[in-house]
Amino acid sequence: MDANLAAVLYLVSGLLFIYALRGLSSPETSRQGNRAGMVGMAIAVVTTLFYQPPAGPFSLLLIFVGIGIGGAIGAWRARTIQMTAMPQLVALFHALVGLAAVLVAASALNAPQAFSLGSPIHASSLIEMSLGAAIGALTFTGSVIAFLKLDGRMSGKPIMLPHRHLINIGLGILLFLFIIAFSLSGDHVVFWAIALVSFALGVLLIVPIGGADMPVVISMLNSYSGWAAVGIGFTLSNLALIITGSLVGSSGAILSYIMCKGMNRSFISVILGGFGGEVEAPPPGSAQAETRPVKQGTPEEAAKLLKAAKSVIVVPGYGMAVAQAQHALREMADVLKKNGADVKYAIHPVAGRMPGHMNVLLAEANVPYDEVFELDEINKDFAHADVAFVIGANDVTNPAAKTDPKSPIYGMPVLDVELAKNVLFVKRGMGSGYAGVENELFFRPNTTMLFGDAKKVVESILRVFEAK
Amino acid sequence: MANEIDQTALDKLHQAVAASRQAAEAAETYVDQLAGGAHAATGGAVDPFVFRLAIFALAVVVGYYVVWSVKPALHTPLMSVTNAISSVIVVGALLSAGVVTGGHAGGGAIAAKIFGFVALVLASVNIFGGFLVTARMLAMYKKRG
Repeated sequence: MDANLAAVLYLVSGLLFIYALRGLSSPETSRQGNRAGMVGMAIAVVTTLFYQPPAGPFSLLLIFVGIGIGGAIGAWRARTIQMTAMPQLVALFHALVGLAAVLVAASALNAPQAFSLGSPIHASSLIEMSLGAAIGALTFTGSVIAFLKLDGRMSGKPIMLPHRHLINIGLGILLFLFIIAFSLSGDHVVFWAIALVSFALGVLLIVPIGGADMPVVISMLNSYSGWAAVGIGFTLSNLALIITGSLVGSSGAILSYIMCKGMNRSFISVILGGFGGEVEAPPPGSAQAETRPVKQGTPEEAAKLLKAAKSVIVVPGYGMAVAQAQHALREMADVLKKNGADVKYAIHPVAGRMPGHMNVLLAEANVPYDEVFELDEINKDFAHADVAFVIGANDVTNPAAKTDPKSPIYGMPVLDVELAKNVLFVKRGMGSGYAGVENELFFRPNTTMLFGDAKKVVESILRVFEAK
Repeated sequence: MANEIDQTALDKLHQAVAASRQAAEAAETYVDQLAGGAHAATGGAVDPFVFRLAIFALAVVVGYYVVWSVKPALHTPLMSVTNAISSVIVVGALLSAGVVTGGHAGGGAIAAKIFGFVALVLASVNIFGGFLVTARMLAMYKKRG
């Protein structure tokens, strides 16, 4: 195959990938976009096989076996994964891209002739290669830690090492020096030293970050996996890789930005970690605040309020995902709709453990997407709602974010839940949210607390409805 | 008297010749510069790295605008599909797994082939897993009614 033709085909596959992302501007076009992405990938693979054919039948067989094994595992995970476990799966996938980048860089170093890199390899190629490998290695271990935290195999609490900032800065400087040394020498030992330091950095960067900051972390790792691909793309002079890596890199960066804004926190403070999970001594006088009475309701009372309601806004959060309550919730919404009520869903940007997490869960439970609204779209509607049904969300409804400058979450955009005539708040217990802040909402006269597992509470409300 | 007149005429002639020669030289350098510019514009002198850098910069800008147009409701599928497409790193894995081994190739080639094979498996998990899980999610987004 002609080099120019191959370059054009790689460009086409890059354009198809752009279209795959563009399709996501609406659910209707998104499926078509996804198919375009698949075609783009097929073009990239076939082009490579014809342009630089594998050496002999054994290599070709090896390639088919590799694709077969990987494809089977991937297809199996994609089919069987539970939608609530999507953040873990995405974290794991980021890890795979990161590790693949390291391995491809290592291959290029070991067999430069196969990548038309010349021997000895140019300093510029060595820099590109080491950057790709370093970012890839960091993405790999960082994503593995994120996966372990999201999957509950590791505590979601931030783990704070002493002098961690010093250690990280030290490792960063070491990494920089190793990359310079590698660009001058092309030495294999230095290459693996770069990889090792980056592996360590990935662990150290993610370990101190708490579970609720995961939406930022997972977006950031998404971005990193893209930049790693760019590094490898420059090494291989491959247009498809450069274009795709840039797309993914900017996508992750924008998502991180949106998530940070949703929490009113700077990116730097999230990365420095340690938010949530810290037990601070309560300030004097706060013990009194905790004894303020809350109104506790029964499923019967909740059902009565819901039955009388003409408009209901549901506010789901991570607790709904943990309890797998989305199906029961949709059944309850169906009963309410039959009863003549208008039911809407309000999604906060950082609800759940990754961007858009709640939307996927509601879609899975057959909630139509035109009943689901973003914060900006729906916030004015709370004032006209009869019931706000908060299920598994906490900090994103705290009015203190608007009124109390001393609150740690002051300035964070929140849903104006307290403006609804009645607030039903489903919660496991009186504990505070991830920010460790007491929610003002609990003590409002129009709030009724429904204690218990989100799914069980909704099911018992449903039973009251059915009994009548 | 006549000689003097001849002398002035001759001087003027010399001046004219010198001026025209200067003009010709200037024109020549001008043409040279023009040609040099044309040469640069046709690409002979631009390093391919700069070309790739241009592609990179433009793709970042395109990515910026495309991603801002994605609906927040579709941010999870966005992450899984970006995941799938970043596995286009598979092109590197294909090259490494298909590398020539034995003969003059040496031990480095065998290491490259092993790394390449593992990378190929990992990237394939991502390609199939990423696109299929995205398709599964997108199939769930339905309109009212």
